[in-house]
Amino acid sequence: MYVRDTIAAVSTPPGSGGIGIVRISGAQAAAIGKAVFKPIHDGGLVSHRFAFGRIFDQNSGDIIDEAMAVLMCAPRSYTREDVLELHCHGGWLVVERVLSLALLCGARLADPGEFTRRAFLNGRIDLIQAEAVMDIIASRSEAALKLAQQQREGLLSRSIEKIRSYLIQSLALVEAYIDFPDDDIGDTDLAAIRKSVHESLSDTGTLLASFDQGRVVRDGVSVLIIGKPNVGKSSLLNCLLNENRAIVTHIPGTTRDIIEETVLFNGLAVRLLDSAGIRQTHDVVETEGIKRTLEKIPSADLVLFVMDTSSPFSAEDQLILDAVAGFAVMAVFNKCDLPRTLVVPDGSSFNAQVSITALSGDGIAALKNAVSGYFMVDAERDTRDIVALSRARHRDALVSTEQSLLRTDDLLTDGHLELMAVELRDALAAVGSVTGQTTPDDILDAIFSSFCIGK
Amino acid sequence: MVTYERLYDVIVVGAGHAGCEAALASARMGCSTMLLTINLDAIALMSCNPSIGGLAKGHLVKEIDALGGEMAKNIDATGIQFRILNTRKGPAVRASRAQADKQLYRLRMKSVLERQLNLDLKQGEVTALYLEGCELRGVELRSGMRYLSKTVIVTTGTFMRGLIHIGLNHYPGGRAGDQPSIGLSDHLKSLGFLVGRLKTGTPARLDSRSIDFSVLEEQRGDDPPQPFSFSASAITMPQIPCHIAYTNHHSHDIIRSGLDRSPLYSGIIEGIGPRYCPSIEDKVVRFPEKDRHQTFIEPEGIDTIEVYPSGMSTSLPVDVQIAFYRSIVGLERVEIMRPAYAIEYDYVDPIQLHSSLETKHIPNLYHAGQINGTSGYEEAAAQGLMAGINAALRVAGQEPLVLGRSQSYIGVMIDDLVTLGTKEPYRMFTSRAEYRLLLREDNADMRLREIGYRLGIVSDEEYQLFDAKRAKITAELQRISVTRLAMTDHETEVLSHCGLEDVPKGITMEQLLKRTEISYADLAEFDTVSRETDAKVAEQVEIQTKYRGYIDRQMEQVERSKKMESVRIPDELDYNTLQGLTTEVREKLARNRPDTLGQASRIPGVTPAAMSLLTIALKASVWKGAAHS
Repeated sequence: MYVRDTIAAVSTPPGSGGIGIVRISGAQAAAIGKAVFKPIHDGGLVSHRFAFGRIFDQNSGDIIDEAMAVLMCAPRSYTREDVLELHCHGGWLVVERVLSLALLCGARLADPGEFTRRAFLNGRIDLIQAEAVMDIIASRSEAALKLAQQQREGLLSRSIEKIRSYLIQSLALVEAYIDFPDDDIGDTDLAAIRKSVHESLSDTGTLLASFDQGRVVRDGVSVLIIGKPNVGKSSLLNCLLNENRAIVTHIPGTTRDIIEETVLFNGLAVRLLDSAGIRQTHDVVETEGIKRTLEKIPSADLVLFVMDTSSPFSAEDQLILDAVAGFAVMAVFNKCDLPRTLVVPDGSSFNAQVSITALSGDGIAALKNAVSGYFMVDAERDTRDIVALSRARHRDALVSTEQSLLRTDDLLTDGHLELMAVELRDALAAVGSVTGQTTPDDILDAIFSSFCIGK
Repeated sequence: MVTYERLYDVIVVGAGHAGCEAALASARMGCSTMLLTINLDAIALMSCNPSIGGLAKGHLVKEIDALGGEMAKNIDATGIQFRILNTRKGPAVRASRAQADKQLYRLRMKSVLERQLNLDLKQGEVTALYLEGCELRGVELRSGMRYLSKTVIVTTGTFMRGLIHIGLNHYPGGRAGDQPSIGLSDHLKSLGFLVGRLKTGTPARLDSRSIDFSVLEEQRGDDPPQPFSFSASAITMPQIPCHIAYTNHHSHDIIRSGLDRSPLYSGIIEGIGPRYCPSIEDKVVRFPEKDRHQTFIEPEGIDTIEVYPSGMSTSLPVDVQIAFYRSIVGLERVEIMRPAYAIEYDYVDPIQLHSSLETKHIPNLYHAGQINGTSGYEEAAAQGLMAGINAALRVAGQEPLVLGRSQSYIGVMIDDLVTLGTKEPYRMFTSRAEYRLLLREDNADMRLREIGYRLGIVSDEEYQLFDAKRAKITAELQRISVTRLAMTDHETEVLSHCGLEDVPKGITMEQLLKRTEISYADLAEFDTVSRETDAKVAEQVEIQTKYRGYIDRQMEQVERSKKMESVRIPDELDYNTLQGLTTEVREKLARNRPDTLGQASRIPGVTPAAMSLLTIALKASVWKGAAHS
């Protein structure tokens, strides 16, 4: 039942925080610690001692984060197995990368409550304690459930149920053709099965995309403000900050030239990165700042390219236009109260454009809507509409559903019904792991209700 | 009561398809065995369709044969049309089916039983088990006789409280023309068994002289016919065709007009019928959009004019039956020889059985066949065989034989029955087997022959045949994995003819065979060894090579589940002492009393959390056990 493989999970609540903890439990915990964590001081990890060091990707050699690590050797640990905790900085990207490193090293993503379950299975806590802990976990999930209720009741459950019904329908077709060859149910209708498989594939894709949306809503996006000096970047930033009292964090940028502020736009957490103004310069320090700004472009989810409508399109503007080509860019035309002299070159394309007057605040609301609308299907949507529960587990399950469906699609070409059945069953099991079980009787029920069978 | 002086090892009650296999297995395993039947002229009678096999059922027959049962040999000797179904689909879902000469089938089985060492055949109706306290001692007959035995296998089929329905008329009967078994099910109920009621039906038997076959589509069997048994080489019976006919709008109107006199739709029949084998009135009512239903007109034998219209069972009154059958094109003048009827009968919920088919209430008592809520000759025979084997093992003081779900359809069926019970007649489908690609007809001998031989029911000669085949397969698989192609002009030409271009030099024949374009027969074009390979060996080599990826995948799943399947739950485990279980789960476990953790996990509603509690409890009890010893 319980194969004691090594499990890993993010143990801190989802979202950004000061610290993010990745917890790993199982026989491979120490080995994983050795593989991903390099202490500053020699001597490796000592049980129950915190060590300071760096987490690195052993394949690329990249340093992921500086972190504290603690190894708790069995049995003196929460689960009574070897447990490794990696305390890193709390951004979702860092934490996810650390988690994926652990998974790459052979750990498996833990099921909800699995650490507690192991503590119980290994006899560290008794049944009553286990129940209490599980109740706590459950009540926390309840709260999360309430938060995400609209989404779950609506999009998630409905979509999953729809995929499930497509799968059962496909499988019922396949199984009927296999089990009732002499019954008068017509020839194998591969076209119907294909249609059904494609519907499930497209729904799975939509749902996976919606999880990405959920991530965006929950974890926020980074927006880089870029523009040549004196186009009004700083006033724009101040304007956005003044308008939004709901500042979550105020983190000084990694260089003196980039300031990071997090604000909420219609419930979307936006990390605003205010960059150094870009102009052609010989100043060494400034050149360095510009270089860093340009380097930030690829990692930003959206670039706000601020231009001064009252001055002509300059060589500096052209420099930026070239640098942002191919990325998500929104043109922000500032100083709209002044006579317009700016002419953007033909062929420039932006994902959106907004006209504002930063000094007066005109157009700021429209800008906010444009930014949140760019990331969210419905800018008016409540922040509670997020998929926050077991995100990785759901996504894993849907990815595996998608893979099985793609293989089913391949098998359709050769008409291998019995192999398609294997893939469809795997897909159904994966979907079922999100919502609940599919029993063989579901499939038989589908067969008997849709075909007249029996002789 | 008069007590017969002999003490038998095994008494089998009922000589249908389950009873015959049970009696033969126990006798062949050396147990003194008595087979009791209400009518010695109705042994192995095909009460419904005169055919054996079909999807999943054919699989069961092959497994019965591999284990040393009789069904495959019996149909091979008396079959009058053989077909392999699903030949255009993959090997895992191909299945054999045969029409039987109904009278020859029963006569041959009777003669096999009569010639069997250690086996006594007796006519008589069992009305009660004979118990001393809680200990099973034998059976009691209506005639006043009491027979003693160490174990009893009950295979009563549709006979317990059988009630035949034709229109609004109904009368007691075990089958048209036979007396029911009255008293035994009440007796079982009084012993504490849960007894339920099921329903099934059969079509009319028609006079073939009154059918115009010239307007019907003919369906012939395969040529040459392929036998079921791994021990048989060829079919020698003459082969005859079936015919296909269809109902029409007029037929459906007639059915609808008679529904007011249908025992099914007027609420007289309480038993639950099989969804996969609905009566014609069910089909017309449930699928009103279908403008016709198909029927195979199957011969009941070579020397009889009786034919069986498959799929046309009904419990409507005889006048409606006549009008209905005559509405079918080709059957305008048809004469009914025996009317169609429905039958209700008692069954004992199989949830009360161990995986060995022994009852949980009464040790040494086994139930097999339709009494367990199954339908079909093959399902019955497979259970009979297992009950016979396990009764004999019990007499010998050995552990029971329980086949796994990854090992056989027999294992899937028995596990389904004893874990989930059944509320409708249970039929085998290939979709019930989660490891379908492993459980093929073609490899039933590879899976089970060894077991049958060890039990002593597969003969030395049969085993040697199998052993030689197995060795050849291993050798050939090995050979093709190391034989590389030099890609001579001839080889290149053959492969390009198959649609394969640019095959690299040095490719092994195994790699080649994995390609969809290449069959084993294609190899013979340039490979002399494969030209001479036995067809059955070639089949295995081809399937095992081509399916390898998927087979390996299913094998991995089997391995993963194995641990849980092997953990036994002690009979005496008291679920009330397990803290933390919800009342619902506790009740379910207490009612089902699963034999293993694997079974427990398959009971609907038993949650993963409950499974962990159970796992821990079992571990604790093992520790306690170790401390005691």
